[in-house]
Parts: sequence; C-alpha cells; structure tokens
Amino acid sequence: MTHPDVMTGGDTAPTTVWREEVSLIDRIPRSLAMILLLIGFLAVWQAAYSFDLISKIIMPSPWETAVDIAFVGHNLVTGGYMLSALWTTTLEVVEGFLIAVLIGFLFGLLVGETAFGERAVMPYLVAINAMPKVAFAPLFVSWLGFGIASKVALAAFIAVFPVIVGTAAGLHAADENARMLFRTMGSSRWQTLVKLKLPIGMPHFFAGLKNATVLVVVGAVVGEFLGGGKGFGELIRVAASQLNTPRVFCLIIYLSFLGLGLYWVVTFIQHRFVFWHRETVLQAEIGA
Amino acid sequence: MNETAVKAVEPAGRQGRPVYELHGVSKTFVRRNVHALDRIDLSLAEGSFTAVIGSSGCGKSTLLKIMAGLLPPSDGSVYLSGKPVMGPRRDIGMMFQQATLFPWRTAIQNVVLPIEVRDGKQAAASAHERAHELLDLVGLKGFELVYPSELSGGMAQRVAICRMLITEPTVLLLDEPFSALDELTRDFMNMELQRICMQRDATVLLVTHSIAEAVILSDLVYVMSQRPGRFEEAVEIDLPRPRSLDMMSDPHFGELVNRIRSHLDKGAFL
Repeated sequence: MTHPDVMTGGDTAPTTVWREEVSLIDRIPRSLAMILLLIGFLAVWQAAYSFDLISKIIMPSPWETAVDIAFVGHNLVTGGYMLSALWTTTLEVVEGFLIAVLIGFLFGLLVGETAFGERAVMPYLVAINAMPKVAFAPLFVSWLGFGIASKVALAAFIAVFPVIVGTAAGLHAADENARMLFRTMGSSRWQTLVKLKLPIGMPHFFAGLKNATVLVVVGAVVGEFLGGGKGFGELIRVAASQLNTPRVFCLIIYLSFLGLGLYWVVTFIQHRFVFWHRETVLQAEIGA
Repeated sequence: MNETAVKAVEPAGRQGRPVYELHGVSKTFVRRNVHALDRIDLSLAEGSFTAVIGSSGCGKSTLLKIMAGLLPPSDGSVYLSGKPVMGPRRDIGMMFQQATLFPWRTAIQNVVLPIEVRDGKQAAASAHERAHELLDLVGLKGFELVYPSELSGGMAQRVAICRMLITEPTVLLLDEPFSALDELTRDFMNMELQRICMQRDATVLLVTHSIAEAVILSDLVYVMSQRPGRFEEAVEIDLPRPRSLDMMSDPHFGELVNRIRSHLDKGAFL
C-alpha cells in the first residue's frame, strides 16, 4: 500500500504520484565522480601503506610516487636524460604506429577486397594473430640488432592486426542496398571502393587504429625490456631491478600519457574525417 | 499450362509505344534451388504507371533486379527501347525501400553522385544546376547543403528521387520506395510521386505489397502469384487523373482493391 508505484486494488486511490527518481550517482557531475573515486583509491593506497599491509620496499606511498612524478617531470622539462629516453620511446611508438597503419591498411585491403586475400591470406593472418606476438621479440633483436629498429618492428607487429581487422571489416560495412545502388550507376570496382566502401568503413578503420595506439606502446616497451636500448622501458627495467618502485610507477604513468596522446591524435583526426558518424562524435567528446 | 494466364495479361497501358518489353523471363537460383520467376511477360507503355503486387517472397524484387540489369535471367529476354538489357544502364533509374543516402555527402552531392560515378567530378559539378531544379521539384529547396543525418525519412526519400532522376532515365523502377515510412508520410509521398511522374511524363514500374498504394498510383496493376512468381491477372485502373487521396473512399476504388485482393493468395495479407 505504501508503494507509490503500485496501483491499489481499486477501492482506494493512490496516495502519491509516481515520479521518476534520480539516483545519487546520476545527480553528481561526471568530473566530481571521477575525482571522488580517485581520492578513495589514494586513501586506500595510503592506508595500505601506513598500516604496513604491504612491504614498503615493494609498494611506495602515494606521496613518494607524487614526489617522483614531480622529479621526473622536472627532468623532462629541463631536458635531462629522461627527456631523451622519452623521445626514444616516442619515436619507437610513432614509427611503429605508422608502419602498422600502412601495412595494416594494405593487408586489410587485400583481405577485405580480394577473393584471393579472403580465401588464401586470411587464414594465415588468423593463425599468426593467435600467436603470442611478444615472443617474437628476441627474433627481432637478432634480426635487427639492439637499436631502435627491433623495437619499432615489434611494436608494429603487435599493432598491425587490429588495423587489418578494422580495414577489412570496414570494407564489408556497406549494405546490400548501397552496393546495388552503385551497380545501377555502372560503378567500376575502383569507384565502388573509393566512393563507397572506404568512406563507409571509416568508423571501423578508426576503431582499429585506436586499438593499435594502445598495443603499439606495449610493443615498444616490451621490446625495450627484452632488447635493451635507451627508452622508458629500459628505465623501468633498471628502476625495478633497484627496487625503486616509486620510479616504476612514475614512469608507467608518463608512458600512459604517451599512449593517451596518440589515442587523442587519432580521435582528433577521426573527428575531422568521420564527422558524419554519430557514435564517433560521441566517443570523441568523451576522449577529449 | 499457364499459357492462358500469360495471355490474359495483354499490355493495356495508358498510351504510347512499349518502352520496356519482357518476354518469357524466368529465373531459377540453381544453388539455392529456388524457382523465383516463371515466364513473365511484361510490357510498359511509354508514360504509363504500372504496379506489380504480390506477397513477400513472390519474386517481385528479383523481377526488378533483372529489369535493372543487376541480375541475368535464366531464360527469356528483356528489352528496353529496343535494345537488350545486358547490365546496368544509364536510362534506368532505380529506387529502393531505404533511401541509401551517403552521410558524408550533402543532399546535393548525393543527388549528383550517379553523374560523378559515370562522367567524373567535372560533369557532377556542372550538374549542380539540374540538381537544384530537382530538389526544388520535390520541395527541398534550401536543403541542398544539408547532410542526410538532418533529414527526416520522407525528405531522405525525396533526395533519393532526385538522385534517380538526375540521369534523366527513360524508365523508373521503384522497389517499395516508401514502405519504410510511416503511413501519413507515405500517402503524402505517393501523391508527390504522382505529381513528379506526371510532370515528367515518366514511365514507371512500381513493386509493392500495398494494394491501396498500387491502385491509387497505377494505370495497370499486375497481380503476382506465390513462388514461382508469375502474373495471375492484370487489373486496369480507370480512375481519372490526377488522383487524390479522397479517391480512396470512392466505391470504385474499393471495387478495384477487392478485385485485386481476390486474386492474391489468401492469408498473405493478414
């Protein structure tokens, strides 16, 4: 009887009106919710540290980490060795990404547009994709040496698959009607590709690129773990071996900015090129 | 055995010489083992509006695809303006249930797309003036630079009409063009279609599963049987032109609708 949303048997009229209830989490703004969660997380972290739940050798306090972030930030700004390390890793990431995009797009075309690619090449790509790709790192080192090339190769190798999948999926995105329409217009295969399949597949292509931005950083860092070099991955490895955990955390945070930065660049370009796709506009707004 | 049924369907268009001629067109999809069309004879008189009506899966769309040169017939011949249809042709305009506008192109860019595909970008640019006139014709003046996402369903179909007309086709093939629209918009669009067709003296073939739509628009309605599709009957619609939606309450309109309904397989239109 007290439930306002339950219509009573008919002999008594409902005492209140039924109104939409807005839950607490819906009422606070998104930014505030995010900040609250962060504060909560830091509090738990600090508590775990203060009450010695985890050994202080392997787990730094939030404060120690913050101090190290400031230190590394200072080093980066003043152009210290950190900056050159970050530059090395950035170079690996960007080069790896560009190679992954180029090769991924070409393979995507092959697989998505030609019967040969779909029938003969695709099964091999699926098989290679199923392999643990980081395991190729030592091979790349022995082929390309301890320099930047082996890291670029591993980064590109790991990141290329989502680009292939995105491109191929995009080429299949045009529906039957659209393809029929192009046929009635006497469109050539090239025209159908350029004027229909590629533009309509753009959202899929960019989704692949976004996955690649995350993977390419993984590839570069793992490449440095296993093949040395002068990048952030190497700094992390050294810091970890010295049990300098605040530094490890700090470097990981800066690395994530690298991945995020690339992600934002891709989102920005997508926003420009695929302005007509609602979902992508929404994603871009969240991303930015 | 069904020679009699075929003979009963003599062309009875409004006027003019036959533009489109189909003789004994059959279609069997061997791989799927489907006999879709069975010896279709059809002739479209110049300037006439013809409808083909039948239930879902009777082969209407297959017939339209064969006529548009998108699908080869298994048997029989298709002629348009005396020349056999061997593939997609410029003098055939086609429209589908979905507007299928491309969201990265403005309304006018969508309209000139067939020109761009056939004759290149320059020809498309010089077709803009004609595209303006067409958009004006369908009542979309001022919407030239609007993207499809900002158009309603009915407006999108009107842009699709313009895109079909831009190449100045000899015949228009319409595959349930307004069936995705709500009923009010659909009635309105049908009247618009009639106006546009009369103004351009177009030769039209409409495929539909709405009896009322077929009757209100057409000079001649072919009733198609269940698979394998063949023409059971041709019903001449002698309502005066221009038609209006008021005619739907006319007793004669009701008679015609009933006559067509009686020829359709029972149960298909529940």
